[in-house]
Amino acid sequence: MTIELRTPITDDAIRSLKVGDTVLLSGVVVTARDAAHKWLADAFIHPLQPPSPQEQATLKELKAVLDRGVIFHCGPVVTGLDTRQYRIVAAGPTTSMREEPYQADVIRLFNLKGVIGKGGMGQKTLDALHASPAVYFHAIGGAAAVIAQTVTEVLRVHLLELGVPEAMWVIHVERLPVVVTMDSHKRSLHDQVRAQSRRALDRLLK
Amino acid sequence: MMDLKEAICELIRLTSTDLPAGVEKRLREAANREEPGSAARLAMDTILANVDMARKNSTPICQDTGTPIFFVHYPSGMDTGALTAQIRSAVELATQRSTLRPNAVHSLTGKNSGNNLGNDTFPTIHYTAIKEDTLTIDLMLKGGGCENVGAQYSLPDTSLDAARDLDGVRKAVLDAVHRAQGDGCAPGFLGVAIGGDRDTAYAASKEVLLRDLDGRNPDETLNQLESRLTQDANEMGIGPMGFGGKTTVLGTRITCLYRLPASYFVTISYMCWAYRRRKMTLTAGQVTYE
Ligand code: SF4
Repeated sequence: MTIELRTPITDDAIRSLKVGDTVLLSGVVVTARDAAHKWLADAFIHPLQPPSPQEQATLKELKAVLDRGVIFHCGPVVTGLDTRQYRIVAAGPTTSMREEPYQADVIRLFNLKGVIGKGGMGQKTLDALHASPAVYFHAIGGAAAVIAQTVTEVLRVHLLELGVPEAMWVIHVERLPVVVTMDSHKRSLHDQVRAQSRRALDRLLK
Repeated sequence: MMDLKEAICELIRLTSTDLPAGVEKRLREAANREEPGSAARLAMDTILANVDMARKNSTPICQDTGTPIFFVHYPSGMDTGALTAQIRSAVELATQRSTLRPNAVHSLTGKNSGNNLGNDTFPTIHYTAIKEDTLTIDLMLKGGGCENVGAQYSLPDTSLDAARDLDGVRKAVLDAVHRAQGDGCAPGFLGVAIGGDRDTAYAASKEVLLRDLDGRNPDETLNQLESRLTQDANEMGIGPMGFGGKTTVLGTRITCLYRLPASYFVTISYMCWAYRRRKMTLTAGQVTYE
């Protein structure tokens, strides 16, 4: 049965999720990929110099929407850049593993309850999901048009100077289809599938 | 030379937004094999809804519109410099129209060029001169997620017990599929090149993906290996998106290159389910698409 969830998400709702659950997710989510994660790490997590007033202002706005919220590894295609009447026309997930060095810290920085992406993440993130608690939602890779259609509103954009895919788009989604592949109980569907397919591979290589 | 900018821009639009019918048919068959209510089925149903919607709205099938790779067969004597300029301006125009996402990033500064142009190598264009008086341009959009799981093996590979023979090839390819898990947006297609050197082999492993999906490999041994690889890969149960399931690979294509006596490479290009490729033909001033 498919579960309906809305941000901000409660800890109880998160703990009740387990790997393999299919979920329709609604509410505010924020896109963030490589450059955004690196910026968060450089400016706030391991800063070499104090963040600028502008960076602090951005962080404050992000915190307001990301407390018990969800981050989305996604580099969308957006129209209306010249008029600022932004419309997301394609918004599939990107490979999450690239954010593994940063993700645990970013989950703590914002008190995230979910990370949407594809491909799953590593042990450090799995531990952070357990501690938070939070879950990893696997979106359907490449399903950019279907996901774009669940975006009902573009609320804001931060860091547009990084380019359209790398900017942080604050969007409202309705019933975005995802699968829980890492839960808050330290279980990973990716580890399970990897182990089971490894046994099959060993048989096939004989 | 005729101005082909708009015609090539239309080729890009078709490729990015309208998945070839043969690919869609295989996706539909794969969806029906998965258990209703399972994560794998949700993935396949979402993919199919997505293919439909992208075509209807003329929007990109996937937000990663990838590296545009053009394979051009041109009547010998044609000015390829002028054609390159037209292809590049068509790519720029398609980016302005949001058919392509700005995807060309400077490797040192990390800056996105904003128009999908970068040096002479982005987009990729391969030229072959032909005798006929027909220009054909095949376009493939190769996404980053699936490009990252491509792999090259140098046989013999003792860790896989893979020797320099077709069973060694089979072992290398299956290892690559296992390593990829769902990360190349499974279910996908495998383009395999046996032999060559490191760079010709990667190019060939992509070009072989242009071959007709339902056609047979002219070499019967390779034809059998193609079917066997698809079947073996699916036995691993990695499934759509790596959620676990019946279909991981929808088809395999193999090509064979000459090699040095000292080298035996097996090169695998993984193509995600969003197998975007289209062909444009120009004969007697008439442009057609397939
Ligand atoms: S691997 Fe293919 S379907 Fe997946 S995100 Fe990349 S281009 Fe899209």
